[in-house]
Amino acid sequence: MTAAPIKLLYFAWVRDRIGLAEESVTPPTEITDVAALIAWLKTRGPRYEAALKNDRVVRVAINQRFAKPEDAISPGDEIAVFPPVTGG
Amino acid sequence: MAVRVQAEDFSIEAEIGALTRGRTTIGGVASFIGLVRDMAGGESIRSMTLEHYPAMADQMLAEIEAEAKQRWSLDASLIVHRYGRLKPGDRIVLVITASAHRGDAFEACQFLMDWLKTQAPFWKKEETSTATRWVEARASDDDAAERWLSEKTNE
Repeated sequence: MTAAPIKLLYFAWVRDRIGLAEESVTPPTEITDVAALIAWLKTRGPRYEAALKNDRVVRVAINQRFAKPEDAISPGDEIAVFPPVTGG
Repeated sequence: MAVRVQAEDFSIEAEIGALTRGRTTIGGVASFIGLVRDMAGGESIRSMTLEHYPAMADQMLAEIEAEAKQRWSLDASLIVHRYGRLKPGDRIVLVITASAHRGDAFEACQFLMDWLKTQAPFWKKEETSTATRWVEARASDDDAAERWLSEKTNE
């Protein structure tokens, strides 16, 4: 599989800590699931480390659906990373 | 059956009127309105800003509503969720359920609120006189949503 970009969206305090609302990234090809993606993002700098350090708290959605750590990611996906929701 | 995500306020009377007009199979309407409180953790709130993930919010609310329709006999339902900067006393969310009988309307209304609290991608940020902070998710909200899962399993 060739490396192709993934669209990342960040919300609420995840966005505040990373300092970006969205970005396009091309992770190494061995990054194939949500857990690996989060682990890789954490290596991208102290802001990412601060935002994602508690990866049991952070929630992930792939193409607007809640995802689990073991769920596969694919090039072209829209992947959102955010805190537990607090609407209603 | 409808869901709306909007910045604007809503009129409860107008929404119930529009939902029930001409539908004479409806015998009962239940509604829930969530408001911005003026206090949190002993501190006075100046404003509350609701952020959301638009594409996912629309989809999750529609799914939650479809789930309610499957579980209960509903003639009509509506979810309206606001986003943006709100003041204490402002309306945040509206859920309306209409059914032939009150039991279905009451239960579906509570289910919709419990589920959207834990499933719909909205985040609240509170502004006090001294600080701005993101509201933390509450375990009691997860428990309230879980209850419906276990009830389903026990059926």
